Amino acid sequence: MSANPVVAVRLRVNGREHTAEVPPRLLLSDFLRYRLGLTGTHVGCEHGMCGACTVHLDGAPVRSCLLLAVQASGAELTTVEGLAPGSDRLHPVQEAFRLEHGLQCGFCTPGFLMTVTAFLRECPNPSDEEIRRELSGHLCRCTGYQNIIRAVRRASALLAETQGHRGAP
Amino acid sequence: MKPPAFDYTAVASIEEAVAELAHYGDDAKLLAGGQSLMPILNMRLACPKKLVDLNRLAALAYVAERDGGVAVGAMTRQRAAERSAVIAARAPLLALALPWVGHSAIRNRGTIGGSIAHADPAAELPAVALCLDARLTVKGAAGERTIAARDFFRSPLTTALEPTDLLTEVWFAGPPPGSGWAWLELSRRHGDYALAGVAAMVALNGSVVREARLALIGVDAVPFRATEAERLLAGVPLSAEGLAAAAESVRQRVDPPGDVHASAAYRRHLAGVLATRALRLAAERAGGA
Repeated sequence: MSANPVVAVRLRVNGREHTAEVPPRLLLSDFLRYRLGLTGTHVGCEHGMCGACTVHLDGAPVRSCLLLAVQASGAELTTVEGLAPGSDRLHPVQEAFRLEHGLQCGFCTPGFLMTVTAFLRECPNPSDEEIRRELSGHLCRCTGYQNIIRAVRRASALLAETQGHRGAP
Repeated sequence: MKPPAFDYTAVASIEEAVAELAHYGDDAKLLAGGQSLMPILNMRLACPKKLVDLNRLAALAYVAERDGGVAVGAMTRQRAAERSAVIAARAPLLALALPWVGHSAIRNRGTIGGSIAHADPAAELPAVALCLDARLTVKGAAGERTIAARDFFRSPLTTALEPTDLLTEVWFAGPPPGSGWAWLELSRRHGDYALAGVAAMVALNGSVVREARLALIGVDAVPFRATEAERLLAGVPLSAEGLAAAAESVRQRVDPPGDVHASAAYRRHLAGVLATRALRLAAERAGGA
C-alpha cells in the first residue's frame, strides 16, 4: 500500500521551470536524464562514489544519485548543459579541459566540470594539493588524472583573465 | 528505479517527525543528508516502508554558542559547520575533522546529526563527539532526553537511539584552557573510509599535561576513547617515553578489521603511529613544544 504513488515537483533546471509528478523513489539523476532528457548528467556507480552525476543544487555541487527528485522540489539546479554561455561558446572550465586534454572517453567529465566550476568560484587560485584534494571525489578511468589537474590550473588562469576583462573599464 | 518502493513524507516540524516514528517504529527510516542512507537504498540493503525526510526542517539547522561549547542542530550541513567561525573558535577539533568527511559534494548534503546517528566505525564525527564530551539531545515518544556521547555508540551502525527517537542536537564541549588539538587519519585516497583515524587533545599547564584525550576510528567495532593512554599521559610532562607507553596502550586496546585495503596488523601499527603523531601535534599547538 502506498499513500503517495506520485508526488508533485516543481524546480528550475538551467534557468527553465519544470513541473512533474514523480514516484518518491525516483532519483534526481534519473529524473534529469529520463524525464527532462538532460543526458549530460552521467550515472556511474549510483552510490556516491564516482562523482559522474554531480550537479549544482542551489549553487552547491551534490551527487544527483543520492537525492530523490522530490527533494529537489523548489530548488534551482544547474547541470552540465547549463554551463556554456551559448551554443557556440564553452565555459572557461570546459575550454580548459579541451585545451589540456583533460578527458578521453568523457564519461566522467560532466561531474568533474560541475565540481571544478564551483571549486574555482570559492578558491580561484588553488594550490596543486587543494586541486588534488577536491578532485579526489571523482573517478576517471582513462586519463590518469594528470591532464585533469593541468586543466584545473588552466581554468583558474582563464577565469582570472575573463574576470580581468570584465573588471576593466 | 534503484531504490525499493517506499512511502514518503517530508515533515514540516519536529513533532511531525516524532509522530511518524511513533507510528511506524522500525518500519521507518529517517532521511537526513542521505549520503549513507541513499547508497543503502540504491543497493537495496534496506527496504523501509516509510521514509521520513528531515530536509525541510530548517529549525534543526543552526550553530550556536552555549554553556561554553557549541550547540549544533542535527540537520546542520557538514559544509556549513566547516565554514562556521563559531565552530572554529569553540570546537576546533570539529573544524579540523570536517574536511576529512567524504568530499565537498558529500558534505554539501551530509549532516552533523546524520553522521553521528549512522555510527559508522570508520566515520570521523562520532570520534569528534567522543573527544569533545558531546551531549546528544533526543526527542522520542516519551519526550526529550540527553545522552552522553560515551554512552551512545554500541556496535557498528548501532547506537543508543530507539527506533522512535529523533536526534535533534549535538552539543560539543568547549576547549579547556591551554589546549591544542589534532586530527590525523590515513586512507588510500582522500575521502575514502579511514584505515585508522585519531583525534587528540592535549591541555598543558606549563610543561605538565593537565589533560590528554585520544579517540580512534576504524580500528574497532565502535569509535572509542583510549582512556588508558589518556591516563598515562596526564599529570606529567609529555615525554618520548610517555608517548611510547601511550602508543603501546593503544595497540593493546584496538581490535581492527583486516581486509583488502589493509591487514589487521597494519591497522594496529598505524593506530599507534597516528596516536603518537596526533598527541605530539596537539601538544605543539597547545604551545608546549
